[in-house]
Amino acid sequence: MAGLVTTFGSGASTNSIKDMSDARCILAIGTNTTEAHPIIGMNMRKAVREGTRLIVANPLEIPLVRDADIWLQHRSGTDVVLLMGMMKVIVDEDLMDTAFIEERCENYDFFKDSLKNYPLSLVENITGVPGEKVAEAARLYATNSPAAIFYTMGITQHTHGTDNVIAVANLAMLTGNVGKPGSGVNPLRGQNNVQGACDVGALPNVYPGYQPVNNEDIKEKFESAWGARLNPTPGKTLTEIMPLAHEGKIKAMYLMGENPSLSDPDSTHVREALRRLDLFVVQDIFLSETAQLADVVLPATSFAEKDGTFTNTERRVQRVRKAIEPVGDSRPDWWITCQIARRMGASGFDFEHPSQIMEEIASVTPSYGGINYSRLEKEGLQWPCPTEEHPGTAILHTELFSRGKGHFVPLEYRPAAELPDDEYPLVLTTDRSLFQFHTGTMTRKVRGLNTFLSEELVAINPGDAEALGIDDGDKIQVISRRGEVTAKAGVTESTPPGTIAMTFHFAETPTNELTNPALDPVSKIPEFKVAAVRVQKIGRVAAKTA
Amino acid sequence: MDKITLTINGQEVKATRGMTVLEAAQSADIYVPTLCHYPDLEPYGGCRLCIVEIEKMRGLPTACTTPATDGMVVTTESSAIQQVRQTSLELILSTHPCDCLECHRRERCGPYDICLRHVAVTDRCVVCPANDNCELQQVADYIGVHELRIPRDTMPRTIDTSNPFFDLDRNRCILCARCVRACQEITGVGAIDMAYRGYGMKVATFGDMPLMDSICRSCGECMVRCPVGAITPKDTVLPEREVKTVCTYCGIGCSMYLGVKDDKVISVRGDEQGPANQGRLCVKGRFGIAEFVNHRERLTTPLIRKNGRLVKASWDEALDFIAGKLGKYRGDEVAVISSAKSTNEDNYVMQKLARAVLGTNNVDHCARL
Repeated sequence: MAGLVTTFGSGASTNSIKDMSDARCILAIGTNTTEAHPIIGMNMRKAVREGTRLIVANPLEIPLVRDADIWLQHRSGTDVVLLMGMMKVIVDEDLMDTAFIEERCENYDFFKDSLKNYPLSLVENITGVPGEKVAEAARLYATNSPAAIFYTMGITQHTHGTDNVIAVANLAMLTGNVGKPGSGVNPLRGQNNVQGACDVGALPNVYPGYQPVNNEDIKEKFESAWGARLNPTPGKTLTEIMPLAHEGKIKAMYLMGENPSLSDPDSTHVREALRRLDLFVVQDIFLSETAQLADVVLPATSFAEKDGTFTNTERRVQRVRKAIEPVGDSRPDWWITCQIARRMGASGFDFEHPSQIMEEIASVTPSYGGINYSRLEKEGLQWPCPTEEHPGTAILHTELFSRGKGHFVPLEYRPAAELPDDEYPLVLTTDRSLFQFHTGTMTRKVRGLNTFLSEELVAINPGDAEALGIDDGDKIQVISRRGEVTAKAGVTESTPPGTIAMTFHFAETPTNELTNPALDPVSKIPEFKVAAVRVQKIGRVAAKTA
Repeated sequence: MDKITLTINGQEVKATRGMTVLEAAQSADIYVPTLCHYPDLEPYGGCRLCIVEIEKMRGLPTACTTPATDGMVVTTESSAIQQVRQTSLELILSTHPCDCLECHRRERCGPYDICLRHVAVTDRCVVCPANDNCELQQVADYIGVHELRIPRDTMPRTIDTSNPFFDLDRNRCILCARCVRACQEITGVGAIDMAYRGYGMKVATFGDMPLMDSICRSCGECMVRCPVGAITPKDTVLPEREVKTVCTYCGIGCSMYLGVKDDKVISVRGDEQGPANQGRLCVKGRFGIAEFVNHRERLTTPLIRKNGRLVKASWDEALDFIAGKLGKYRGDEVAVISSAKSTNEDNYVMQKLARAVLGTNNVDHCARL
């Protein structure tokens, strides 16, 4: 998100899901779309059948590869080089949108100079993709306008994730692919309400509507709205909070609906940190691996038992409606939180229905200003929607970028924080399956989904497997500097030599005990996509002697 | 949009250029029987039931594949049409258990009633999951079938029950190819196709393997479009009511209807008006919700750790305990972790609690994970 804020001024997806059919070219980079965002995967395949050209950039041979015109199989963690290489070709061959750059952008010359550091020979060397293929992809993207870019965690979950996002944004600006139907830069949100949680201020540095906490005017605005003295110092991110808890500097934690003991990097360390807390309150629908460590567990209702709103990946606020009564004595999250606040003597938490909370959100969040439940009853609204008369915004940056001018940023290649070496010769990258979701707290309760995939399968290239004496289905041990896990091997050519891919859906194989907690300096996102590991076969348990 | 006017059964019909004759008729509420047409699939012309007469056109063109043009004069009912489509319907019925469709008692028949026509229990409409929601019943009632002049092909066909969520019963299949087209046109997967020829024709995967051994992604888009009871969910309880909401899995925001019976979620249906999904759902959305919502491991009461073990507590006890303890920490000693699974309202009050009550900006969620 920080990358898009720097370049465009807004971290959200620029375009709408349905205008993808207008795209003449799609670049899907660092997204296993058909598995993680199946409906958008369907849209992509439909667009391809109707003539849209598709470029897939992914180290793994994901299902979408079979639909692609060009597959750039770059090495994990080399996205900046790949994209800068493509941009160099576009500039060298004069395929950029000069009018758009002049009218709408700034800092172009400075950026252009930095491209000379990315000759195709170097790009080929670092990414492992033949230079001619990179050039071909660059031409395809630049000459088929409008062109849309889609990405997910494959771009962001690196120590240089912000750089990756900036590279993507540079590419879109260079070719004038911003602000019109079928174009844009579209980060696909992984969770149902990641967008909304960010929008309403569940972030350490901003109030609702991305209003910075360290801005004096904004602080005063919220102090008068909430009738409380507010802290002007930005807080810590989740990935910083865990180490602080480990050091004993953070003593109490109130956690709602998350499972960091499986989802966070170096999760052994995370579980230790959670155990050290003085007070650990967890609010969830199941007794997750994290909730088992809590001092107090509060039963929340699932989405089927409450009213509210989710904001989707295209910034559309939609109504969630209560279908059934709360299971057992569970309560909606908002009710529980308000109860705690009220019992601490706080005012301003006397809500009786989520619609009243939305009224307050609208009153302090300019981009949600025109959103209320009676409008949402009829249809979902895409923010920015500042007034009740405003119809919502399908495409961002149509005339001006949110920050005014689009800002080109020159980039330097920085390798992943941990590269393979003699001791840990393989790269571990994390992936997802269509049939499970995140840490599996919901999907693993569904028997049918488990018949498709019920345990971790470590995707390993046949060459690597043979060298290690591993057959398909063998039990193997995967070891990194931070931990070791066991799982079955899935020998497959979809994974390139030197790389293994694992999900983190299964508590029995807690993949994130292996991953590297090294963070991107700006966005504080951990490097899930590159960790150095070694793999060894576990000797078959000796058969019982007769 | 380019508007055109045509005449159907003497009635003036306004339509948009690009519509087929069938779509024009449907837009004016004129019923034309069809089994292979589906609104979001390409025209197919497979069932031959939507034949019409069009002035200055030879023969009986199928309405679903004929583009509507300005000034066109269409007739949807005539003895010639009826004669041909009745024969087409008989051909469809010759491979479908159909004796009930000709029977005047169908409405009153229970599954195990004694049948004077000797229809096998397994062949009866009343035992089919699609009963009363079957397009073949509707079409047969409209066109009217009195007797089959073609001998029925009673060769048993294979039933594929390998998928955990839905079955493919080829005995009931009428080969309209909606499922095959949905799998290709809607999902782009192409797990199934029409295989073999003549009476041997059937819906099959590559290599005629069970669905579970194919590239099927189990989204169920085929099932949604099946006009008969050939592809049906394993769980076929009908909901008492449906509630429109948004899926809880990924960030696409698919609009869906949760089906409710006895205060339990029992089914999920895609919302065709959904701006993000237009009715489509994936395997998790369609089949992965009811079971976790109603799961026996759901937390149903607050728990407090006492002597190392989590024991049941009342809400008052748990909330007062938390409120009493939380106030003791300085702002930077507390962290609040909110959730990308919860609603905007839940997240808003959570960050407000952190900032306005606990005095910290240490509030975050899993956006980065």
